[in-house]
Amino acid sequence: MIRYLALRFAGLAGVLLVICAVTFTIFYVFPADPALQACGKSCTPERLAMLHHQMGLDRPLWQQFTDYLVGIFAGRSYGSGPLAVQCHFPCLGFSYQNNMPVWDLMMQRLPTTVSIGVGAALLWLVGGVTVGVVSALRKDSLLDRTMMVGTLTSASLPIYFTAMALTVVVVQIGGLLPYSSYVPIAEDPIGWTKNLILPWVALALLYAAMYARLSRASMVETMAEPYIRTARAKGLPERTVVTKHGLRAGLTPVLTVFGMDLGALLGGAVITESVFGLPGLGQLTIDSINKSDQPVVMGVALLAAFFITFANLVVDLLYAAIDPQVRYA
Amino acid sequence: MSLLTVRDLVVEFPTPKGTVRAVDGLSFTVDEGRTLGIVGESGSGKSVTSLAIMGLHDKAQVSGSIDLAGTEVVGADREKVRALRGRRVAMIFQDPLSSLHPHYRVGEQIAEARRLHFGASRRAAHKHAVQLLADVGIPHPDERAGDYPHQFSGGMRQRVMIAMALACEPDLLIADEPTTALDVTVQAQILELIARIQRERGLAVLMITHDLGVVARVADDVLVMYAGRAVEQATADELFAGPRHPYTRGLLGSLPRLTGPPGELTPIPGAPPSLLRPPAGCPFHPRCSERIDVCETTRPALQGAPHPAACHLLTIEKEVAG
Repeated sequence: MIRYLALRFAGLAGVLLVICAVTFTIFYVFPADPALQACGKSCTPERLAMLHHQMGLDRPLWQQFTDYLVGIFAGRSYGSGPLAVQCHFPCLGFSYQNNMPVWDLMMQRLPTTVSIGVGAALLWLVGGVTVGVVSALRKDSLLDRTMMVGTLTSASLPIYFTAMALTVVVVQIGGLLPYSSYVPIAEDPIGWTKNLILPWVALALLYAAMYARLSRASMVETMAEPYIRTARAKGLPERTVVTKHGLRAGLTPVLTVFGMDLGALLGGAVITESVFGLPGLGQLTIDSINKSDQPVVMGVALLAAFFITFANLVVDLLYAAIDPQVRYA
Repeated sequence: MSLLTVRDLVVEFPTPKGTVRAVDGLSFTVDEGRTLGIVGESGSGKSVTSLAIMGLHDKAQVSGSIDLAGTEVVGADREKVRALRGRRVAMIFQDPLSSLHPHYRVGEQIAEARRLHFGASRRAAHKHAVQLLADVGIPHPDERAGDYPHQFSGGMRQRVMIAMALACEPDLLIADEPTTALDVTVQAQILELIARIQRERGLAVLMITHDLGVVARVADDVLVMYAGRAVEQATADELFAGPRHPYTRGLLGSLPRLTGPPGELTPIPGAPPSLLRPPAGCPFHPRCSERIDVCETTRPALQGAPHPAACHLLTIEKEVAG
């Protein structure tokens, strides 16, 4: 098990390194000169040269890359002499827009994104799986059909539409909730909840629909397995057959998808954040892409990649805990 | 005394194309300590019958009577039937790998029924499960109880299934093609195991199979099924000594023999009929080499001596002789 864990973590590091190299190549090799971006409108050749040196762009590319990597784990300094700027661990560079460390910028935005993502995930997981399982157990009934049509509709609606529709109905007409803005949970848990309900629901509706369909399909398949018949043949109450024997096998596929989805969402719920005007990582990504703020874009890309690969790792470990055939493979 | 009495059992499945009558007026009994073999091809209704006895049909319409140790199963309250399942009647299935839950240790799966029906503690049920694993011939049962189904070989898995079925000391064991998915050498071992357990525990066994060889090994009595009906019913000795129905003779003719003059196998031509639109008259007549006119119009009754069979030829022979 320890060997397996070590291997998996090494794999994780490898994937992140590759992603790092790819993003680095895209941003530093190809089109625009980053120094020119940072230099601003009133740029003189002297200032440009100085910036080149300051940003380390006069060094060979592979050295720039290793500098970048070292910076992430140990911090680094840009430039030399009295003009040197210290960048503390974990250093992902500075924003061209406001010279803030990229790490700090991301950490400011992260709580918003995590709040949106985790809240919505819980909502869709519980809602979607419940609908899916009930549907599977009442397969071909009127209830099943109604719910499946409902999920199809819900999955077909783009999130900006549901978000706007929810805002109009609940906020503008109903006046039940405030327009969304972000309130830190530590300051005002009730306000935090109130402000996030709509983004949660909007996001969860989309995902819940997919989860309902996925868990229905998986449960229908599982409940037709011979070992379910065996469980019934033992005389177990149907409740136990479903919960102990059915769900354990039927919901394993859902877990995989859930890990990936949640991981991806933690890298920024771009559309949801935009529609509701919430200052999360998604907003930060869009802003920095618009402004060609490369260090920030790279930082966010890396963070998102980290979340996805890490979530994937967690899912694999959970899988091993659930399914002995994976454990011994 | 008969432990299981089935009278006029009819099992029908509603389908979009019409009603499929999978079992059509079946009657038989299984006595304590005896083994009844039900033989037939795929789709003859033998598995449907066994699931009806277990009360495991969900969408089917079951009528007639199934009396299991004094309790009527047909039309009974779900909970009442559930209390019998695993407790008075237990079942083992064809494919032991897919019939065992892949995510639970076998010891746990065996102990589960004991805890449910006997209210045994986790520890007592586990101890009992280990004992059962030893009884069915699994080496190192103590360690093996902690293994998962995929860590066992096919024959060992079927032993686990048998241990699971025995967990609550049932009166009747239904074995639905228990050796079909196994290697030939392992088949013999499993059949021997079932026979030994049956002797030791005085169990009644309902052995469902398409293989007359299996019947010859373990059964005391035989019921031959075709298209949802009994076509011949006899003790095993009588059946093998003097099969009366052309279908039974066909089944015997399609078995390879090691004794006697070598000859070719004679398969029964054709395939079992559609149960959605069964042929008129005797359901076997389209495949029967000895059919006569009446077979196409009239359904033969299960009757006659020395043991009952459902064939017009037998009544005609009798008339001719008389």
